[in-house]
Amino acid sequence: MKTDWRERRHRWDIRYAPYAYIAPYFLLFSVFGLFPLLYTAWVSMQDRNLLDGDAATFIGLDNYVELLTADPYFWNAMGNTLSLWLLTTVPQILFALGIAQLLNRRLRGRTFFRMGVLLPNITSVAAVTIVFAQLFGRDFGLINWALELFGAGRIDWQAGTASSHTAIAAMVVWRWTGYHALIFLASMQAIPTSVYEAARLDGANGWQQFWRITVPMLRPQIIFSTVIATAGNMRLLAEPLLFNPGAGAETGGSDRQFQTAALYLYEHGFKKFDFGYASAIAWLLVIATVLITGLSYLAARRIRTD
Amino acid sequence: MRRTGTMVGVGLLAASLLAGCSSGASDGKTRITIGLFGNFGYQQLFEEYEKAHPDIDITDRTASYSDHHKNLAAHLATNNGAADIEAVDVGYINQFKANPNQFTELKSDIKDRWLDWKWEASLSKDGKQIGYGTDIGGLAICYRRDLFEAAGLPSDRDQVSALWPTWEQFMATGKEFAAKAPAGAKFFDGGPTVLNAIVGQAPTGYYDKSDKIVVGDNADIRKGWDLVAQGVADGLSAGLLHSTPQWNTGFKQGQFATLACPAWMMAKIKDQAPDTAGKWDLAAVPGGGGNWGGSYLTVPKQGKNVDKAVELATWLTAPEQQGKVFANAGLLPSTPSLYSEQSVATKQDAFFNNAPVGRVFTDAARAFKPQYQGPKAGDVQTEIGNAMQRVEQGKQSPDESWTQFVRDVTR
Repeated sequence: MKTDWRERRHRWDIRYAPYAYIAPYFLLFSVFGLFPLLYTAWVSMQDRNLLDGDAATFIGLDNYVELLTADPYFWNAMGNTLSLWLLTTVPQILFALGIAQLLNRRLRGRTFFRMGVLLPNITSVAAVTIVFAQLFGRDFGLINWALELFGAGRIDWQAGTASSHTAIAAMVVWRWTGYHALIFLASMQAIPTSVYEAARLDGANGWQQFWRITVPMLRPQIIFSTVIATAGNMRLLAEPLLFNPGAGAETGGSDRQFQTAALYLYEHGFKKFDFGYASAIAWLLVIATVLITGLSYLAARRIRTD
Repeated sequence: MRRTGTMVGVGLLAASLLAGCSSGASDGKTRITIGLFGNFGYQQLFEEYEKAHPDIDITDRTASYSDHHKNLAAHLATNNGAADIEAVDVGYINQFKANPNQFTELKSDIKDRWLDWKWEASLSKDGKQIGYGTDIGGLAICYRRDLFEAAGLPSDRDQVSALWPTWEQFMATGKEFAAKAPAGAKFFDGGPTVLNAIVGQAPTGYYDKSDKIVVGDNADIRKGWDLVAQGVADGLSAGLLHSTPQWNTGFKQGQFATLACPAWMMAKIKDQAPDTAGKWDLAAVPGGGGNWGGSYLTVPKQGKNVDKAVELATWLTAPEQQGKVFANAGLLPSTPSLYSEQSVATKQDAFFNNAPVGRVFTDAARAFKPQYQGPKAGDVQTEIGNAMQRVEQGKQSPDESWTQFVRDVTR
């Protein structure tokens, strides 16, 4: 009898204990991830003021219909988000590959440089943005001063679409390149040297080795980085918000030239208190992020070894 | 070493967790929290109140203008986290008073303390008072004496006031200034600031009394728009948007010679550019009188110490205390009984070359004809500021930008 009980307990242990071990994550996820998602979906089908939840009325898909068919500023924000996604994600991955390649050599003070590239990532995003906004200042910014020194004119960075996107992309790229570089570096070191030796014997130069061996061997990490960068850059908020602080910060420039979708959501939710509409924007942004992430996954997967 | 580092980290973490758990002061005092933005000039008053009420411990937390109001909205929405007393700017009061149930209704028996329009602006549609008025933004023009002298203009404040009884004459003075201005100095800081002052003087603002947006047909505002746009075209504007870091730098660098100056702006100038003490002076605002900004103290219902909070808010906004705030921070009282009091009416400000701030601002407040503010006047003000900026940045012509502005706010 006793052994039977023991045996049964052992079987249960094997069968059910793993569920108990992973349960904390799923519990936390359902409270802080799943529930907010579903609740947002529910709110997005209401006409609801942020301050007055009791007076909310159910309006079905009206918010979505209005956003998709009658709100040019939503599409403007989506366009800006896509533009910034391209301007941030692509350079980020390319620079990170280059930096990782440089750090993979025998350098004096290697650890110092390897830790150094991560520093931008651990500084506060607000501080970074405020410093960059100063650098990109119209009248006394360092960048305009340098441009003028070389005979190019001053640029009102906040005013233009291309110039403001460039400035914001610079902040994001500066912040995240080091992070991706370290991921690439770690896997570069796992590539067996024999592969390179064989390539050298076949007469491949450094450039060919990089594109034919290193990059294809890093394929899983490049896919990972692209997906992470895409998911992050699709919900860009702090950089455009703090690039132009002041009473009109939420509109992302005088003509909404750098208002991202997340910023548009923020404007409706927390400036205009239109909670239902903001929730609908949030869901459309989720859908767009899934689509774009899927596309970039497919694009990164095309890297192959010959 | 590494281990002690970890221990310290763990200790800090534990301490912060404990601090998060313990609510209310541990020494038997009632803690009243108060959420503010910018500079209300309350620090000395808090100490005075705590001395008179040993059982009260006042904790204030100050955020930037827009952060403060957004946090307040989030705290009201989730019914959690608001301070016992929360300041609300007039630009946001309409949005908050639309949901008066979030706030403790304040007593009306002391209504006579305040200017009528100040009292009514925070009254909900069903007649509940959600906030007691603190200051108002009586208007004047701050100007740089040194820059005026350099451009060959008079620098004496009465002569300067005489230069611009109207905004047209203000712009004409601007052209004279621009002709001989020192390098890098423009006449005014930015179109949106000037436009705000002009809009604030119009009998009707962005809304009519039935809460309909009528700015598209408002001849006064359109006239002001055209005037400011012309000033921008004439090169009078430094092209800076108020309350941005670039604008703050503009003070330090002397990028503009005049600034539409509500009373609270003076505290801002002192904070931003202490080095310019004595270079500023104060003249009358063109068009006579006006108001821009000013605040209220509200008591959210969710607080734990509502009664004591109401008591403190009532005390802070009482005429006596408003007079003290005017004396040390220069915020113009919303209680007119003070305007004839010697200490207020004769106040001078050394930072502004001993300008008679008491007389200038109380005159402006008396001459001000109240304007009805609609539910989203703050949003419309943001949009018209953006619109003027599009003109300044050369992105659109004044007409195009105006058309887009009217379409945006009436959509």
